[in-house]
Amino acid sequence: MQSDTTSATPALELSRVVKSFGAVVALRSGSLRLHDGSIHALIGENGAGKSTLVKIIAGLYRRDGGEFRLRGEEVDFHSTAQSKANGIAVIYQEPTLFPDLSVVENIFMGRQPTGRLGRIDRAAMRAEATEIFERLGVSIDPDRPTDGLSIADQQIIEIAKAISLDASVLVMDEPTAALSGVEVDRLFSVARSLRDEGRALVFISHRFDEVFDLCDTVTVMRDGAHVDTMPIAETTVDDMVRMMVGRDVTEMFPKLPAEIGEEVLAVDGLTQPGVFHDVSFTVHAGEIVGLAGLVGAGRSEVARAVFGVDPYREGTVHVGGAPLPKGRPRAAMARGLALVPEDRRRQGLVLDLPVTRNITLAVRDRLARFGLIWGSRENESARVWASRLEVKTAALDTESGTLSGGNQQKVVLGKWLATDPKVLIVDEPTRGIDVGTKAEVHRLLSQLAQQGIAILMISSELPEVLGMADRVLVMREGRLTGEFKREQATPEAVMLAATADEEPAR
Amino acid sequence: MTTTATTPTHPVLAGLGRLIRARETGIAIAIVAVVTLATVLNPSFLFSNDGFRDLLLTPSLLMVVAIGQAIVIITRNVDLSVGSVVGLTAYLTGTLFVQVPGLPIVVVFVAGIALGAVLGLINGALVAFAKVPALVITLGTMYIYRGINVAWTGSDRINASDMPASFRGLGTDTVLGLPVLTLLALVVLVYAAWHLRNLRSGRELYAIGSDPAAAQLYGLRVTRRVLAAFVVSGSAAGLAGVLYAARYGTVSSNAGFGWELEAIGAAVIGGVAIFGGVGTVWGAALGAFLLLTINRALPIIGVDDFWQRAVVGVLIIGAIVLDRIAAQRQHRRLVAQREETR
Repeated sequence: MQSDTTSATPALELSRVVKSFGAVVALRSGSLRLHDGSIHALIGENGAGKSTLVKIIAGLYRRDGGEFRLRGEEVDFHSTAQSKANGIAVIYQEPTLFPDLSVVENIFMGRQPTGRLGRIDRAAMRAEATEIFERLGVSIDPDRPTDGLSIADQQIIEIAKAISLDASVLVMDEPTAALSGVEVDRLFSVARSLRDEGRALVFISHRFDEVFDLCDTVTVMRDGAHVDTMPIAETTVDDMVRMMVGRDVTEMFPKLPAEIGEEVLAVDGLTQPGVFHDVSFTVHAGEIVGLAGLVGAGRSEVARAVFGVDPYREGTVHVGGAPLPKGRPRAAMARGLALVPEDRRRQGLVLDLPVTRNITLAVRDRLARFGLIWGSRENESARVWASRLEVKTAALDTESGTLSGGNQQKVVLGKWLATDPKVLIVDEPTRGIDVGTKAEVHRLLSQLAQQGIAILMISSELPEVLGMADRVLVMREGRLTGEFKREQATPEAVMLAATADEEPAR
Repeated sequence: MTTTATTPTHPVLAGLGRLIRARETGIAIAIVAVVTLATVLNPSFLFSNDGFRDLLLTPSLLMVVAIGQAIVIITRNVDLSVGSVVGLTAYLTGTLFVQVPGLPIVVVFVAGIALGAVLGLINGALVAFAKVPALVITLGTMYIYRGINVAWTGSDRINASDMPASFRGLGTDTVLGLPVLTLLALVVLVYAAWHLRNLRSGRELYAIGSDPAAAQLYGLRVTRRVLAAFVVSGSAAGLAGVLYAARYGTVSSNAGFGWELEAIGAAVIGGVAIFGGVGTVWGAALGAFLLLTINRALPIIGVDDFWQRAVVGVLIIGAIVLDRIAAQRQHRRLVAQREETR
């Protein structure tokens, strides 16, 4: 633990940095002070401005205002090459490697050691890569292409890149999001050894246990601004959550009591080799079932298979007691199923169409008269849903693409609610939505459940799952690994089911 | 956890294994097979006076163009204007000899390559700065360059008698039994291959084609490299234009017509992935060789005129399907390799 470094010149310092994109202010006042030999946690909700801050450090974005100092000297990076040359390495959540090139080439691309005539010294390159892997205690075949490597191994390659660069500042943006327990341990031991070598590390994570386990200092951000920075030893999870959210958790998750009725959706033994195995669960009317797990655990795939967008090889889906044919989304819709997809911009909305058209997209047939769709009927139908969901837009003929993330999500919800669904499957309903609108979406889901709709909610945000769900299902690597009633669902239990690496005997 | 799964093999054996599996080897075998078959059916294909020379000479020009094309395709771009560049530089070559009698041949070469480079620079600048897909940009410049050529040439044409004998000699002369044009193409090939394999600027082309977004994040100078690739492609086409004048003697306004598609076909047959990041100029050059040799061999083998183009089409689609299957198998193998070493 480092406590006496506050007086020394920080390795990197950002103060009151501002960045906006057009009218949208992504960063109002971002501040961060990093010290050598320290692992600094940067936490905040999605949309709090962490990623924007990181991209400014990486040289991907240029700040509009504020100060950025590296070892006391003012800097202004125009490109990632500049930030690299200054010893800054950034590891993104999704590693960015060249799939066709070898591991070694990926590590050294752009700065390969060269000999006579500028010829790349392959032997030297390979030797250094091997040495770095040995030092990190991992063994990855340096000659294989990076295609097919796990995210964890790809991150190790990113770290090897940072080491070969002799980076003094290393930023890791949610590196653990897709890792299993063992892989997280390996990553952490590497991070600690880098800290002990005197480097400054930034660790972005949504998992508090990891933050407490690894970091010595924490900076909290909210709504594009710095909230507080303090030693990790002087804070608690509750403090951090309060600072991140800016309000009490109960307010965030307004769970309304709903009467749980009969079984509406029953999934039995759903299997698609390599994607998910033997997934069985039920959802009752008025019930919110949370589907938790890590990114890549196969949750969205199950949802898409149930709805009929993706195939499955074995298993059955029953809606209201009758079997649902596989691979037929139209049939699923006709039977009262609705799927609000994860990527609303690409899968949920037609961005170039106005709000009206988007809301009525799934009920076009019903609105048509003599085979033609009448604008007035469309507007009427859309207006009802837009006002019920409180979509904030000047006019309903606004292009959907110009709305904020939260309002876009409401439009997608409106589209499906217009079909009068019995079962609503929502995939990451609040991803990338600001805190205020998040609470609105939660309230809405709660109200829908109260009206007797069965809701299956996929979410990677644990507080959301725990706050909203009547029952929590957990998936890991394509299998259901846990089921908890609302009272039993503790963060620890759910996280363990989502990450535990030991396979139970079967 | 990953553990080493590679069993140590002797470097020579490993190298030999790679050579046997390489796409280039497959193409070479196909070439030998085609030549053998054509020669058995008609011995003059190889053993007549000019048989062997023509075998090497015919594909040499397309090889040069295909090398440039391969370099552009490796960066996940494409250059459709190369045929028009060949036409323009071929006509420039003839015009220079007509207008400036006694001009040294070297100057003509430099002028042709320089014009090609400028035309390539225009392509590259439009692609790199306007951020419009290369397919669209070079489709446009293909027509523009050809249009300029037609306007410039009119109904005129350059005849063999307009050019000095020493220059035309380049088109037919041989050194140690090898045509001069082929040797020139080989020099270009060997240098391009060495550069792509051993220099940073060469490897970065592969990186850019493999994942352009990642290349940006790596801080590679993507714009400059893509620009350079187009300049190289233009220059190669320019050189081919000069050689065209030497080889054929007559240059009209449709010289090099359709070569862009043959060059792309050659690169694809040679294993250059159309989405970039994979392939070698050796493959592209061998692809060009195979393409034109098959064209010459088909009439001898007795394939009807009508079917000759179809055979080329089958070859191209076959090559792409083969690539697809190989890539999927490799991907599965790599995933499996990771799984079993966990």
